[in-house]
Formats: sequence, C-alpha cells, structure tokens
Amino acid sequence: MMEGVLIKVGMADLNIADEGAVLKTTGLGSCVGLTLYDPRLRLAGMAHIMLPSSDIAREGQLNIAKYADTAITELLLRMKNKGAITERLIAKMAGGAQMFAFMGGSDTMRIGPRNVEASKLVLKQLAIPLLSEDTGGNYGRTIELSSQTGMLSIRSVQFGVKEI
Amino acid sequence: MNLFRNNADIKLDVLKEVGNIGAGNAATALSTLLNKPVDMAMPQVNFLPFEAISERVGGSEAVVVAIFLRVEGDAPGNMFFIINREPARRILQGLLGFDAAENDDYSELELSALNEIGNILAGSYLTSLADFTGLRMSPTVPSLAVDMAGAILSYGLLQFGTMGDDALLIDTTFLEGPQEAEGHFFFIPDPESFEKLFRALGVPI
Repeated sequence: MMEGVLIKVGMADLNIADEGAVLKTTGLGSCVGLTLYDPRLRLAGMAHIMLPSSDIAREGQLNIAKYADTAITELLLRMKNKGAITERLIAKMAGGAQMFAFMGGSDTMRIGPRNVEASKLVLKQLAIPLLSEDTGGNYGRTIELSSQTGMLSIRSVQFGVKEI
Repeated sequence: MNLFRNNADIKLDVLKEVGNIGAGNAATALSTLLNKPVDMAMPQVNFLPFEAISERVGGSEAVVVAIFLRVEGDAPGNMFFIINREPARRILQGLLGFDAAENDDYSELELSALNEIGNILAGSYLTSLADFTGLRMSPTVPSLAVDMAGAILSYGLLQFGTMGDDALLIDTTFLEGPQEAEGHFFFIPDPESFEKLFRALGVPI
C-alpha cells in the first residue's frame, strides 16, 4: 500500500500516481502544473510544463515533459496504459504566473499566460474538460494532487493554501 | 553544449573571470553603499540541471528576495541578485538606518531601496564586463520579487529551455564576514551569447 506516499515531479517532468499517493511539484512560476485525474481508478497525473509548444524546441533529444503539447499527450498515454479512459478524465491546472512586470513585455516575459493558453488548447483538442484552475497573477505556487481524492492543493507565499 | 567541445577548460576559466570582474565591481559598489566590507567567493561556473540552480539558494520553495533584469546588447542574458530575507533585512537596516518592519511585508521605501541596490550592482557588474570585453551590454530596469526561488529562477532559464535541461550559470557569492552567505549574483548568458563573449575575449572557439 502506498497510502500518502509523496511523488515529486521536477521541472519539465511528469509522473502518475495511484493507491493514495500524492503528486507534488514545487516553485511553479511561469510554468504550468497540469493535472489529470480519473476518479473511477483514483489515478492521478501531473506535468510541470515549462514552455508552450515543442515547435520552438532546438534540443537534440526532446524532453517531452517540457512542452504543453507533448507533455499532456504523454501524460494521457501513461494514464491510459494504467487503464484510464479519456472520457472519465478531468483536468486542473495552476501556475502560469508573470513573476516580473516589464515595460513592453516581450514574448518571453509573457511566457506564463502563453503556457496557460497552450495547455487549454491541448486539453480542448483532446476533449478533456478543465474543471478548475488557479493561474496567472505574479506569484509562485507549489501544488499537490491527491490520487485518493483528486483534490489539488495550491500553496503560495502570499495567500497560503487553497484547494480546487 | 557544442560550443564547449573544444577548449572547455579555458572557456570555463574565462567565464569564471567574467564573474570575478563583474561581481568584484558589484561587491565594491555594495561595500560603498553599505559602508562596510563585502567579500566575494570565487565564482562558480557550471552547467546545472534546472532543478539544481534553485538548490544554490536554499531550494525551489525557499522564499528569497530577488532582483531580476535582462541584459541587453551584444551578449544578452539574464541576471539575478538573490538574497535570503534575513540578510536583505540587514542590508536595508544598514542602508536606511532604521529597523525594517518585523513582518514579511516590505514597505514602498524598502522595495524601492532593494530595487536601487539591484540597479547599482547590476550596473557595476555590466559596466566592468563591457569594459573588459569591449561588448555593448546594458541592463533593463530591474524588477523585484519576494517569492519561491524556483518560481523566480525559472524565468532565467527560458532561453536555455528550448535547448536542453541544463543552463550555464555564473554564480558569485557575496559574503558578509567570513561565514555567512549574504547573497548570490547569477549571470545566465543566453546560449547565443557565449560565442560572442569568447570571441571578444580572444578565446579560440
């Protein structure tokens, strides 16, 4: 039994959990923490997305957990391999902040909102409903998803803990 | 990174010197500002996995005071001056001459003072670097955040993000007295900037 076991998801990383384990990723700024949950199987998945699209990748070996398009698709695949069904899945997300305000605001500076937009678009394409989100703002977040309940808990320095 | 295939040792040494010269001048500026000695550790230059970069300042969730600015010009990059809350308080106390508020909120005056410190430090770092390399380098207006280190530093890694999962960090630690880390100066040149830095300093590519 893995009741309450904490599974850490790093930056540009993804993982799945069941049997009561909790997925956690820390220090989300402009990155988006995207979670999928199958309530029937009590199966949870989490991706720490850094960039909106793998189209901009220039790396030789693509880290598919890094980009919204490839990460969400891979997360879905991994969950399906564990028996999840797309129609049952619900998505939640947090992060996508704009940590620093700059005059002009180049594309790079708007990366948080762009990560959120890109993630939503991918979810729409995969026909997975976004149940709730806590995105935007100018502050960092640490999130935990319980595979027991599907509850996403979000902690920030300014606002403490909230659950969605 | 392909650029480091040849003469890697020389190149890393040159980047250490970049950190040395830049942060050396910034330390002098800080020392003048606070009217007390500020020491500096030997710069560390490493390719680090993204996760490991926030470990340098206490971990992804550690709350830090960070001043961030973009370096613009011939060799663009990201620059952070990062201090933990306690040393930030001491710096403000030294600078403003009165005790900063006990709670975690900073007053307008304190925020503006921290921003100005960032401005002065980054300015002296970049001026000396520009003199040393002959490259044009100027800072944008600094921006301040008090938040989780991971959330803050990820901003400086976006340029490297499209290329891999590591970034090259030039890290110089400021010391107040021999024992305690006062703050970190992070310079993360954009991947494209290294070739320009090396050429400017006559390092064979």
